[in-house]
Amino acid sequence: MSKHSTTQSSYSRRDALRMVAIGGVAGLIAPNLLGKHAFARTSSKPSGRVIVGLGQEPTVFNPLMVHIEVDDGVHFSVFDALFRIDPQGVIQPNLALEVPNQKNGGISEDGRKWRIRLRDDVRWHDGKPFSAEDVKFTLELIMNPNFRSWRTAGHALVRDITVVSPTEISWRMEEAFAPYLSFLTETFIVPKHILEKEANPNNAAFNQAPVGTGPFKWGKRVAGDHLELVANLEYFGEGPHIERLVFKYIPDLTVLYTQFKSGDVDLVGQPYITPDHYGEAKTLPNRVVTLVPRSSFESFYLNLERPQFKELAVREALYAAIDKEAIIQGLYYGVPTPTETFMPKQSLYHNPNLPAHEFNLDRARKLLDQAGWVPGRDGIRAKGGVRLSFANSTTSGDPLREQAQQFLQQAFAQLGIEMKISNLPAAVMWGEFWQQSQFDSVIVGSTYLIGADPDVTNRLHSRSIAAKGGRGSNNAQYSNPEVDALLDKGARTFDPEARRGIYHKVQELVRRDLPFLPLYQSNAVQGNKKGISGVVPNGNTRTESWNALAWYWTS
Amino acid sequence: MSGFLLNRLSQSIVLLVIVSIIGFTVLNLMPGGPLAQFGLDPGMTQKDVERLAAQLGLNRPLWLQYLDWAWRLIQGDWGHSFRDGSSVLAVIGRHLLATLLLMGTSTALAIAVGTWIGIRGATHRYSLFDYCATICAMVALSVPTFWFGLIGIYIFTLKLGWVPAGNMYTIGDGSVMDYLHHLILPSLVLSLVHVAIWSRYMRTATLDALSQDFVKTARAKGVSERRILLKHVVGNALLPMITLAGMQLPSILTGALVTETVFTWPGMGRLFLDSLGYSDYPVVMGLLIFSAVLVVLGNLIADIVIAIVDPRIRLA
Repeated sequence: MSKHSTTQSSYSRRDALRMVAIGGVAGLIAPNLLGKHAFARTSSKPSGRVIVGLGQEPTVFNPLMVHIEVDDGVHFSVFDALFRIDPQGVIQPNLALEVPNQKNGGISEDGRKWRIRLRDDVRWHDGKPFSAEDVKFTLELIMNPNFRSWRTAGHALVRDITVVSPTEISWRMEEAFAPYLSFLTETFIVPKHILEKEANPNNAAFNQAPVGTGPFKWGKRVAGDHLELVANLEYFGEGPHIERLVFKYIPDLTVLYTQFKSGDVDLVGQPYITPDHYGEAKTLPNRVVTLVPRSSFESFYLNLERPQFKELAVREALYAAIDKEAIIQGLYYGVPTPTETFMPKQSLYHNPNLPAHEFNLDRARKLLDQAGWVPGRDGIRAKGGVRLSFANSTTSGDPLREQAQQFLQQAFAQLGIEMKISNLPAAVMWGEFWQQSQFDSVIVGSTYLIGADPDVTNRLHSRSIAAKGGRGSNNAQYSNPEVDALLDKGARTFDPEARRGIYHKVQELVRRDLPFLPLYQSNAVQGNKKGISGVVPNGNTRTESWNALAWYWTS
Repeated sequence: MSGFLLNRLSQSIVLLVIVSIIGFTVLNLMPGGPLAQFGLDPGMTQKDVERLAAQLGLNRPLWLQYLDWAWRLIQGDWGHSFRDGSSVLAVIGRHLLATLLLMGTSTALAIAVGTWIGIRGATHRYSLFDYCATICAMVALSVPTFWFGLIGIYIFTLKLGWVPAGNMYTIGDGSVMDYLHHLILPSLVLSLVHVAIWSRYMRTATLDALSQDFVKTARAKGVSERRILLKHVVGNALLPMITLAGMQLPSILTGALVTETVFTWPGMGRLFLDSLGYSDYPVVMGLLIFSAVLVVLGNLIADIVIAIVDPRIRLA
């Protein structure tokens, strides 16, 4: 197709010059692997165009408004946040000059006073200078009761925002809350001088033609089809190296893959290449296809208030009866990675030293025997009048999960455990049934971290059990005072090293207690044309396009 | 005529009210709703979801939500999309042209080809051509369009490389030739089923006209078959087609749900599917009202046109 050649013809002399200047291919690749912006700004112009194919249409361009993952790519390209999170999970300055901590005085000893110094060389796309007033406006807009803002967690604790100078802002937190730093990596700053004039920020013209400080400016949008961003030549940071960044909406995932194969799409974005195409995609010429860890984690999730699951031996036996490898290889085309924890592998806080799961039916049987669960007349084990029988639910119409359920049902049956399958439509499943812990067990894939911060209070703290009047999503009703104390301490601790110890311990305890049986961590099958360089996956963000500023064509 | 129009108008208003009430109720009865998709977002608290529900007015009783919506509509305010806050009319406007291009082309194609096949099938009844046309029409009517679409992409894009795998135009090109190139496959696929419908109707109507007395009279007078066909038969056979065309009018503007998805065509059909998926009530309701108005208009226009071309019919 003609498109193929036009897209790739964007090679320029600039790339060759850069190769010479940097000193060869190694010099080109190595800095990108680190996730740092590889090159100093060159005087030559950005060139070429990258078309990112997406399975859902980005429609929300005001980054503070309630939105879904697919909108993130646009936000990361058009806007800047105070900080950025790199692929290793380390927070780096962006609009801020440095990352505040207790050592450099940016955060007070008690963790409640924050002071952020800002860059002085940043301009909005319309030429107006960026200043601390914009940051103040942004944080206030999020809490504006009439504004349809996205997450308010963390922001709700901010008080007394003070503009010290155009390049310095400070505020006080109602309580010390360390995760706020990583929430701010997803809080994009919007221009005060444009939005303050709007009577209703929800319907502002800005929302359809945003003005940011980011590496790309708003170009044009053909609704239902694509939107085009153009390079911001005045960008304060490194890049952009491509002239045009296009997000193309292709609703049918088979067609999305087909267009990647045919060359119409340069890079496959969310929801990426479907696992059933992974095998073929790897063999495509001139394409790079990689498995990129995502933050979503799949587990066999238990309701610990059910008498069947109260005993650890039962949970351990169930876990030992799960043949993870068979599920991953047989059903999921080998795409996901087995895991022992909710913490994604790409996180700075992932504990790699947890005991490894072993599929062993004999051990499972022994565990149940020793705990006194003996088979009854119907072949189902029972103890103290409680039959080892339960229901398992998941979203109906998800064929892979349904097959996994049947597979597990058979494995459990061999042990004298009865698992009944009772699936529900998504909207019913994840409503009250899930939130109020009305299930026995579910198979669920979910993200535990908010903005890549390791704090999982919302998921594992006993305070977060909605069914017991708590506020949160600890739907397993897991309660361990030691974990509670660690979570409380972790949320108040700012030093990443100290926090690492805390969250390693949390993972250890949760792995021991098994409130859910960890299955695997999801991987995205990302694909791009070989000629695009600088594509660095970052599982600590929700988008493949978090660093489009560093992309460039080499061929 | 004015009595007829007035009568029609009052019927239409009743129809629109019924359509809107049913649509609104069914939409709101669907489990989930526009905020369900945020249920698994770890950063959205229950409080956030409740706040958004209040901001969108979803926490009010259903009848109140309906009355509020209807009252605004009467005043010309179609509401704003839950997804991006754009006005519903603007959202519809952004997708209308794409659909018009695709559906207009395929409908024109279908009418031309379908009419020709229908007439030829009737004049050459029980010929090989007639049998083939009948079988093809049956296949086209029974096989789902998306299947034709996928097979078309497989053969003509992946195997032969003749046409693009969907999209309305090449990003960065967008010349007339480029549009036409992209239009070929989806419009052909879409017209398949319409050709089938048109050819069947046209065949029956032509056969009907052929058996009329005036045709026999013309033959007795020694008028040539060709002249009989063009002068006496086709004109009469086309009359029922006007009603059919009137019924097709809405689809020209409301688009094709599945075909637009398979061919990545940014039209109204896909907008409808997407809006349903996101439970974007204002847009879905806007589209429902829009198509209901078109159905009413299409039938009205067909009736008027028939009355004009057929002197036997008088509107009262």
